[in-house]
Amino acid sequence: MSMENHGHHDHHEAHHDHHEHHEESFITKYVFSQDHKMIARQFLITATVMAVIGMLMSIIFRLQLAWPGEKFGFINWMLGDKWGKDGILDSNMYLALVTIHGTIMVFFLLTGGLSGTFSNLLIPYQIGARDMASGFMNMLSYWFFFVSSFILVASCYVEDGPASSGWTVYPPLSALPQAMPGSGLGTTLWLVSMTLFVVSALLGGLNYIITVLNLRTEGMSMRRLPLTIWAFLVTAVLGLLSFPVLVGAVVLLIMDRSLGTSFYLSDIYIGGQALHYTGGSPVLYQHLFWFLGHPEVYIIILPALGIASEVIAVNSRKPIFGYKAMVGSILTIGFLSFIVWGHHMFVTGMNPFLGSIFVFTTLLIAIPSAVKAFNYITTLWQGNIRFTPGMLFAIGLVSTFVSGGVTGIILADSTLDIPLHDTYFVVAHFHIVMGLSAVLGMFAGVYHWFPKMFLRMMNKKLGYLHFWLTFVCAYGVFFPQHFLGLAGVPRRYYTNTEFPLFDNLGDMNVMITWFAIVGALAQVLFLFNFFYSIFRGDRAPDNPWNSNTLEWTNGVGHNHGNWIGKLPVVHRWAYDYSKPGKEHDFVPQTVPLEDGEKDGGVTDDHH
Amino acid sequence: MSAHSQPVNWGGNASPLNVSYGKIFMWFFLISDALTFSSLLCAYGFMRHKYSEIWPIPGDVFHHFPFLHGVHLPLYYVGLMTFILIMSSVTMVLAVEAGHRNDRRSVLIWMFWTIIGGLAFVGSQAWEWYNFIVGTEEGAMREVLVNGTWVQETIHGANMRLNEYGLPVFANFFFFITGFHGFHVFSGVCINIVIFIMVYNRVMEKRGHYEMVEKVGLYWHFVDLVWVFVFTFFYLL
Repeated sequence: MSMENHGHHDHHEAHHDHHEHHEESFITKYVFSQDHKMIARQFLITATVMAVIGMLMSIIFRLQLAWPGEKFGFINWMLGDKWGKDGILDSNMYLALVTIHGTIMVFFLLTGGLSGTFSNLLIPYQIGARDMASGFMNMLSYWFFFVSSFILVASCYVEDGPASSGWTVYPPLSALPQAMPGSGLGTTLWLVSMTLFVVSALLGGLNYIITVLNLRTEGMSMRRLPLTIWAFLVTAVLGLLSFPVLVGAVVLLIMDRSLGTSFYLSDIYIGGQALHYTGGSPVLYQHLFWFLGHPEVYIIILPALGIASEVIAVNSRKPIFGYKAMVGSILTIGFLSFIVWGHHMFVTGMNPFLGSIFVFTTLLIAIPSAVKAFNYITTLWQGNIRFTPGMLFAIGLVSTFVSGGVTGIILADSTLDIPLHDTYFVVAHFHIVMGLSAVLGMFAGVYHWFPKMFLRMMNKKLGYLHFWLTFVCAYGVFFPQHFLGLAGVPRRYYTNTEFPLFDNLGDMNVMITWFAIVGALAQVLFLFNFFYSIFRGDRAPDNPWNSNTLEWTNGVGHNHGNWIGKLPVVHRWAYDYSKPGKEHDFVPQTVPLEDGEKDGGVTDDHH
Repeated sequence: MSAHSQPVNWGGNASPLNVSYGKIFMWFFLISDALTFSSLLCAYGFMRHKYSEIWPIPGDVFHHFPFLHGVHLPLYYVGLMTFILIMSSVTMVLAVEAGHRNDRRSVLIWMFWTIIGGLAFVGSQAWEWYNFIVGTEEGAMREVLVNGTWVQETIHGANMRLNEYGLPVFANFFFFITGFHGFHVFSGVCINIVIFIMVYNRVMEKRGHYEMVEKVGLYWHFVDLVWVFVFTFFYLL
């Protein structure tokens, strides 16, 4: 708690000063903190732990895919005789790993981790607020996230293993405890974990929206918001509208599992035994799930795109190209994301006419996405580019967003999707466009705002090494998967060696696994750099990247209330870089407009 | 809490939207809750459309009325329930209005009637469920799974697995959606009681405003509005 402002007493801030005077205990400062900066760091570190778990899982099942039947001593050591007899991964455990890997990466790293970290850190800082609208709800949001992470990890230790029906947990596999080992207690815990996760996401999302709408400082009009904040705002709105539908889907599934209702189940036999279910429809679950599921991928990617906008503009030393078009495309993507869910369901027996409507709406998303991609490229064009590690990751995001987006256009077409459905082509597509782009965006954010979070700088050289290894290995892992998919290799299969058809593709799987292993080792560099720099990194200057946004105007150090004394007043948009006639190549948002100077973001006269 | 119910950390200029953050919280929460109900009602619509030819006719299922045993009064009782709930919204409006005038006594009176209305609704729903579960005396022949084989049996009423009135999914959705709504009404009644006690203890008077009443009012109206949809989809269509 900062005590620096003794003697500095402002009338309007009397209440706030009062706040500064009481010391906080270890518990309220580090554990049950209500301070957005601490909550952001809690989210980041929890998500990092989850990401490491998810990544290790992927390495284990990649080993199985590359060398099926090969004995690895450590698999037996890790999983015991039940799941890793003689060092060979059990097929049920394979499915469990794929499921939990997906759940962790989609929800815990890229939804909870990404939004939780950067919305919490940047929203109050960049709009000039003392904290979130409700610090208490913000704290609850983190602790719900923590408990749900804990339950998910704990579910890996139950007798029959964790949920194994894929991250989408489709019924009937997930609805019948006797369907497969993981469908018993494992799936129950998965559902409990997911419900708590949704509570966390809703508490967080409500806070983000209300903070952005209601707590902006003087002069911070919506048209002067940095694009990061626009992205976080729309992300939170998407979450608020789509997560409740997931709750509906999950609760009905719980009813089917526990109370014997027939929402998702119809006339079904299992092991020759008739079950009492009648009249339900598993397709209903898919509709409900994907109504969340599709906005969910934008909940993942939008914050990363927002981060990229900021990092690219700052490090190109140029105003972001087409600010209004960027805001418009964020809003358009947000809207379109709600009317495309059917493209996940082309093979469910959907009416082809309805299918073609979903093809149309899905293809429309290419327009705002292309606007964003081109605006990044035009922002970079003729910029005075500084290749910081954060910048490299942001450019990497643009690359993966384009290369993954292109295959999205292919898959959007139902005639192409039907043969490619459930092959590695789909795996390659969504890992690149949403997984990889969002992870690269998250790294960009961590490198860029590390000085703000931990007041020290990360090591640049390790950052470069980390970037190139990650970037090359990630493409090495996912690019060849397009070819596997085109050759017809199905996803989620324990082994492909049973089919002579795929014999000549074995080497490709070996190569992919080597890339995955090297890529995973590269993350050790990051983890070392991250934790070492928290304690031993160089002290960060006030504004290490010469950036315009408000978070760099409060000096170094964390203080409750973010700004000592009055809140900053905003006079211009966030992107006045290399403005002609200015002394420096950046003009912070707090600098008043000169006579006759026009505000870049606001072309008409307004303020 | 400051007098204008701004968050403690507020330090900017006048609140840009001129609404307190608590009220916006409530609005956005209601939006998300509305989406949950929409998902359930859409799921209901999906099933109903799928079985449109054999879906039970609500008037034939819900025709009981207290003390009028054996009289066929289709949907009269649920109509009364709906009327009670809507009236409780009216009394809530009056409570909020009294709050604007800082008239503690009137707030208490109207909150009291709102709570009574809510309890009456929940009680009526329990009775409706009771009749639905018990079923008719004559019952109906349905396929029932006994020791792994399907056999014809006479059953009475409905539960999670069987439904005298027709498809089991009809009963599943009825229990789940009206149950989920009833849970909302019940929690609304509890919140109303808490607010009633706060008003009684002059907490709002000390704060100088009755915004809490307004916020629970929003929730209460929302719950009523949802019922209008549930009523329409389940009973009228």
